[in-house]
Amino acid sequence: MTQSVVVQVGQCGNQVGCRFWDLALREHSHVNKKGIYDEALSSFFRNVDSRLMSSLQAVLVDMEEGVVNEILQGPLRELFDSTQLITDVSGSGNNWAVGHWTYGSAYREQIVDQLRRAAEHCDCLQCFFLIHSMGGGTGSGLGTCVLKLLEEEFPEVCRIVTSVYPSAEDDVVTSPYNSVLAMRELTEHADCVLPVENQSLVDIVNKIKHMSHSGKPGSVIKKDSAIISGQGGVSGAEKPFDAMNNIVANLLLNITSSARFEGSLNMDLNEIAMNLVPFPRLHYLVPSLTPLYTLADVNIPTRRLDQMFTDAFSKDHQLIRADPKHSLYLACALMVRGNVQVSDLRRNIERLKPMLPFVSWNQEGWKTGLCSVPPVGHSHSLLALANNTCVKSTFMELRDRFTKLYRKKAHMHHYLHVDGMEQGCFTEAISSLSSLIEEYSQLDATKDRLMPDAARLNIAT
Amino acid sequence: MSIVTVQLGQCGNQVGQELFEVISNDANDTQRKVYSECSSERFFNETANRELVARSVLIDMEPKVISQSIAKTAKSGKWRYGDRSHFSQKQGSGNNWANGYCVHGPRHEEVVMDIVRREVEHCDCLAGIVAMMSVAGGTGSGVGTYVTQCLRDAYPNSFILNHLTWPYGTGEVIVQNYNSVLTLSHLYQLSDAILVHENDTVHKICAQLMNIKHISFRDVNKVIAHQLGSVLQPALTGDSHGIYNRNPIGELMSSLVCHPEYKLLSVCNIPQVSSSSMAYSMFTWPGLLKHLRQMLIANSKMEEGIDWQVRAPSLQPEGIKRTGSHRRPGFNTSLANLLILRGKDVNNAEISGFQHPSLYTPWLPADEAFSMWKTPVPFNKYEKSAILVSNSQTLLRPLDNMVGKAWNMFASRAYIHQYTKFGISEEDFLDSFTSLEQVISSYSQL
Repeated sequence: MTQSVVVQVGQCGNQVGCRFWDLALREHSHVNKKGIYDEALSSFFRNVDSRLMSSLQAVLVDMEEGVVNEILQGPLRELFDSTQLITDVSGSGNNWAVGHWTYGSAYREQIVDQLRRAAEHCDCLQCFFLIHSMGGGTGSGLGTCVLKLLEEEFPEVCRIVTSVYPSAEDDVVTSPYNSVLAMRELTEHADCVLPVENQSLVDIVNKIKHMSHSGKPGSVIKKDSAIISGQGGVSGAEKPFDAMNNIVANLLLNITSSARFEGSLNMDLNEIAMNLVPFPRLHYLVPSLTPLYTLADVNIPTRRLDQMFTDAFSKDHQLIRADPKHSLYLACALMVRGNVQVSDLRRNIERLKPMLPFVSWNQEGWKTGLCSVPPVGHSHSLLALANNTCVKSTFMELRDRFTKLYRKKAHMHHYLHVDGMEQGCFTEAISSLSSLIEEYSQLDATKDRLMPDAARLNIAT
Repeated sequence: MSIVTVQLGQCGNQVGQELFEVISNDANDTQRKVYSECSSERFFNETANRELVARSVLIDMEPKVISQSIAKTAKSGKWRYGDRSHFSQKQGSGNNWANGYCVHGPRHEEVVMDIVRREVEHCDCLAGIVAMMSVAGGTGSGVGTYVTQCLRDAYPNSFILNHLTWPYGTGEVIVQNYNSVLTLSHLYQLSDAILVHENDTVHKICAQLMNIKHISFRDVNKVIAHQLGSVLQPALTGDSHGIYNRNPIGELMSSLVCHPEYKLLSVCNIPQVSSSSMAYSMFTWPGLLKHLRQMLIANSKMEEGIDWQVRAPSLQPEGIKRTGSHRRPGFNTSLANLLILRGKDVNNAEISGFQHPSLYTPWLPADEAFSMWKTPVPFNKYEKSAILVSNSQTLLRPLDNMVGKAWNMFASRAYIHQYTKFGISEEDFLDSFTSLEQVISSYSQL
């Protein structure tokens, strides 16, 4: 069984991270009724002593204490060892340069130490999950610094980054700078990035609330449902971003489900990177999760099962706002959990394929996985990860917002004052983003053209 | 003589387990003691406490599938796997052939070959080794190829049969075509024969013949195991004089693989019906054989939907060589065929339809191209079953598709960085493509 280590950086990263641990614990206690430390648990938890309360393979980093303190006072406190927490007092002031250069160098040793410790506890470390936001200072700056450290210290371990991108109406004025500066690091140093937009999460949460209040029979949200918040979870009362963070936490749970539980077609984390990243820099994967709500009846007839597949490709279920159906798919992965058979999977792929434009050299570009253990409260679920050129539009918007500020040199002095930061960082970052967009555009251009098959080798007979 | 099976990767292990299930059920079922004992000796080792231990080595780069298999069989009580006959790691091969072949294979070579050696030593006499794997993933394909190489080096005089499962055409793994091309091109040099099952075909059998509504991988694996078991279980060859054939693998090779350029074998097995309709079905040898022959020449894998319009080309008068222009469209030319008949009244079966020279390529005389085994013992509850193992053009189209898709992807160099980082270069890819184009060309000209 492989292990993963979660590194949560900044306010957003830590809040999402905690929701993740909450859900993971709930999922495992649901499956593992006897409370014995088993193989599945070992993927994220290590056995400290014979009690069930085992320790999380996590490193928590934040440059202000508010969030981490809450964790230490919350019900998950027994799971964290104080050495796993790296904190400071004053925060990064929404400044990427402070996060990346100032705190990055100040805490470098401590962070590397903690990472090494976490890695040593693992029998077989397969993956680092980094959770952070892009718009702020700590998550964005220090988070990407940690990403670089991970690549230096553990080059063979896969790095999967969950990044929360700011929406256009973000209240942090400098979020475009922070995001673009962070993007460069992500493009260079991450193996896979799962971009998530707050606005999409809000939309999804509203949709769920709408479903539960609409009074439609059969659409009652089950108490145990892992999708909506802390009810039934360890933490209890719901806090403002909780519902949104839950969705992201579910994303992580589902990605790792096949590594933790058995199934007839296993899909490991290193397989995700292998299959979904055809060119090293194009590793931004659009996530979608279905179903968002449980239905009252357990034996869902096939029609509803197919609906789950259709939904996975609808814009409402995506975690970023983009339109994959009108862009080009480079690759797509379907991770199914629960009582779904290969014939259901094949039937749905056959059905959906004609509606989805795939790049000419990857017409059958599907990676599939079947895990037999469904998430708590559902009978089955589906996670779709698409490497699609539609992320280009998200990046272009980001670039526009950046350019608006950069042209006026607004706020730049805050950044340039920081030791280690120079004008060059900005220009490099924006040119990295531009070339990334260009790579996606080139692939897009092939979309409607009928690409001839490459001429085959001629063998002398 | 005994067969040692090496199960590699998730698919190899899942199918392998079903294979032993089928064989053990079949052997237990029958009233014929000699058949039963021969089958047991071939596939199982009987311990001091009269337990049947499968002559099998289980290899995977991640532990879940093997632990499940071992637990399941231990529970059933009918047979089990050896306690020390398995090897697994934690990481998996990430669907990457290069990772399997260049990293995991060499890293674990000693341990794996040790286990194989022990299993081989348990055999009084080794008939051959059957390596079971898929071509789409990373372990079965990559590690499987490396292990086959080690087996070839360690047992240069033994027969090695590779059983391959080809993935669904519409994709199970995105890089499946790369992995398949690399596997096939290497195995062609190492293996004595390559027996192929395609998921697409077996899926159709489950859907249309067996009427399974929600087909699971378990159903697919069971059909594959049934077909493979029907080939490997004891049978009487033409000159075995009432004793069951000692070395089915050797005989398979000598009947079907007469030229090193032609190693791809496929299996057709009729009838295949759901267990509920078995009681109501009556089959006759003429009926079965007529269908089977048409399935061969029209390239159909099922009794349903056979194209009866396809006919064998008429023979030219003696002295005029048949050339390609006489080949009819849709006609599947064979290099060699092996017919296995199991069940009631076998001796009355009329098989001349399979011996006609028009079915075969002209450069091999028809009486050398056709062989037959039979046994009056019914297989796996089917009163009569007819199995055709053929070395023919059946796999030509799927192989060509697979190479075509892989080549298209290679032309854009997509995913190549994932392979080069483990040591497989673009040159290696080109070599593989070249060897497979050669195979395609050879089969096209049959």
